[in-house]
Amino acid sequence: MIDIKSVSHSYFDGAPKVLDDVAIDFPPGQVTALVGANGAGKSTLLSAMSRLLVPGSGQVLLDGVDVTKAAPTVVAKRMAVLRQDNRISARLSVVDLVRFGRFPYSSGRLSPECHEIVERALEYVDMTPMRDCFLDELSGGQRQRAFIAMVLAQDTDYILLDEPLNNLDMRHAAAIMQLLRRAADDLGRTVILVLHDINVAASYCDRIVAMRDGRVVIDGSPDEVMRAEVLSEVFGMQIPVHRVSGQLLAMHWAPLPAPALQAV
Amino acid sequence: MTAVSDRASEILGLHPATGTSVTERERLRSIRRTAVILGLLCAGFAAAYLLWDVKGSWSYALDLRSRQLASLVVVGAAVGASSLVFQTIAGSRILTPGVMGFDSLYVLIQTVIVSVLGPSALQLMGVPERFILNTALLAGFGLLLFRWLFRAHSRNLFVLVLVGIVVGSFFTSLATFASRMLSPDDYLTLQTVLFASFTTVDVQLLGVTAAVAVLGMAALVPLLRRLDVVDLGKDAATGLGLDYHRIVTITLVVVTVLVATSTALVGPMLFLGLLVANLARQIVPTHRHTVLVPVAGAVGVLATVGGQFLVTHVFALNTTLSVVVNLVGGLYFLYLLLKAVRL
Repeated sequence: MIDIKSVSHSYFDGAPKVLDDVAIDFPPGQVTALVGANGAGKSTLLSAMSRLLVPGSGQVLLDGVDVTKAAPTVVAKRMAVLRQDNRISARLSVVDLVRFGRFPYSSGRLSPECHEIVERALEYVDMTPMRDCFLDELSGGQRQRAFIAMVLAQDTDYILLDEPLNNLDMRHAAAIMQLLRRAADDLGRTVILVLHDINVAASYCDRIVAMRDGRVVIDGSPDEVMRAEVLSEVFGMQIPVHRVSGQLLAMHWAPLPAPALQAV
Repeated sequence: MTAVSDRASEILGLHPATGTSVTERERLRSIRRTAVILGLLCAGFAAAYLLWDVKGSWSYALDLRSRQLASLVVVGAAVGASSLVFQTIAGSRILTPGVMGFDSLYVLIQTVIVSVLGPSALQLMGVPERFILNTALLAGFGLLLFRWLFRAHSRNLFVLVLVGIVVGSFFTSLATFASRMLSPDDYLTLQTVLFASFTTVDVQLLGVTAAVAVLGMAALVPLLRRLDVVDLGKDAATGLGLDYHRIVTITLVVVTVLVATSTALVGPMLFLGLLVANLARQIVPTHRHTVLVPVAGAVGVLATVGGQFLVTHVFALNTTLSVVVNLVGGLYFLYLLLKAVRL
């Protein structure tokens, strides 16, 4: 259980709060999407949860322990995080990268069991044929899969991802979402991810947390969030929602008449 | 093993105990071959340095040359290892302690010591004490400087390079100013302290610096595997459970001590570290610091011993090693900036 206790944060004194008294918890075993407009505080919340950022006030508890006070490797065995920007200057092959996922357990000296877990993670994301390729030789989708394999090799209950679909075409985006869905269903992982496309969130996730101006606006199932009045409050624009083949679709891309921008 | 891993093992020829594939083992073999060649080259140049063209008394020549050789090895290894490690914690292939103005800080500290305490204080102090005082001051100030730089400008590489160059010139100007205030005698003392050259080596100083350099490199050993993770960047490293700030701080302390050691022996050589660290990364394409750091040390030794050998026997001492290193290294630095790869 990740329990966020009234977390607030601003990047410097006097700046508007990027997180404003956020209190929310994530019980194990679900895929949760954090959605909202740019600057709503989704990524900051994810950073605070994964102790990449120490919030100005409030605390994040991982199974009752403050993540900033717990031993680093203990947290790393329970929670893995993948950030948006993964530029790595070292010359790494795919398998080298995935092996880093075992660092919390091995401090860099991998046991035969670690190697087996690494190979399984590679197989799981379908990267075994590419295991000895260098990262700079891969396409965006392959790279992202390699990073997800690293996160899986870390063998944690919680997986946090910041916009894992960034720069991916729709085929690769769908593949990544299916992969994460399977990780939750088959491997029992708890996945929390920042997403931009509300429709992707609605089709793959169990729960959607929508944020605006550093606050949680709504927190519920896709059916509860995918309503025109809710979306208009979250994104500040009129978005008609239709049911197409049993699937709720927010038509934010709808052509004429253009969705009128609300005065914010 | 599961069925899945069995299939993978079959396709890739995975080694069951180490989990390495055929391709990986080939890469390892080629790295090992490079390391052996490097070692042989080092040994060859060292032997040549000792034995080439000896005229007159062999015992005198060997005694002098072995001392020179020892100091070249200490400097090369210390500069190579520390520069490579510094690149890793700075997260950039262009930044080395030299580029960040560290050498000029050393000159400044020496000048200030001489002008504040007077040259007699330095001479009374004795070599080991003087060295320890220097290194402590340098490590202290260097640490402050680096921490401030990394905290304030951690996002922008070009700002860091610029600040490093500006800070370097600032220290140099201050040192020049301070040295103008000295009497000619004091100035002469300062010069001998600053540029104890390769050709005249103080045995006592050599002993102390070699001991400290060995200690410093020993202190790097337990950090090496953690530095692999540091190379992934702060966020990824933190996510993997690395105490990022602690590791970076410890590494910075060791780096400052190593750089101080080599600078105390032979004075500043601005671009040696940059040249050596990047060469090392090029000849062994791996991310592993357990390989990279020793190779950088060896390349450093090759550069100093080989370079000094050429300076002595080919250029007939018409030039000095630091001039050659700075010429080649400076050009290489410009090339790196223009190409701007892997910033």
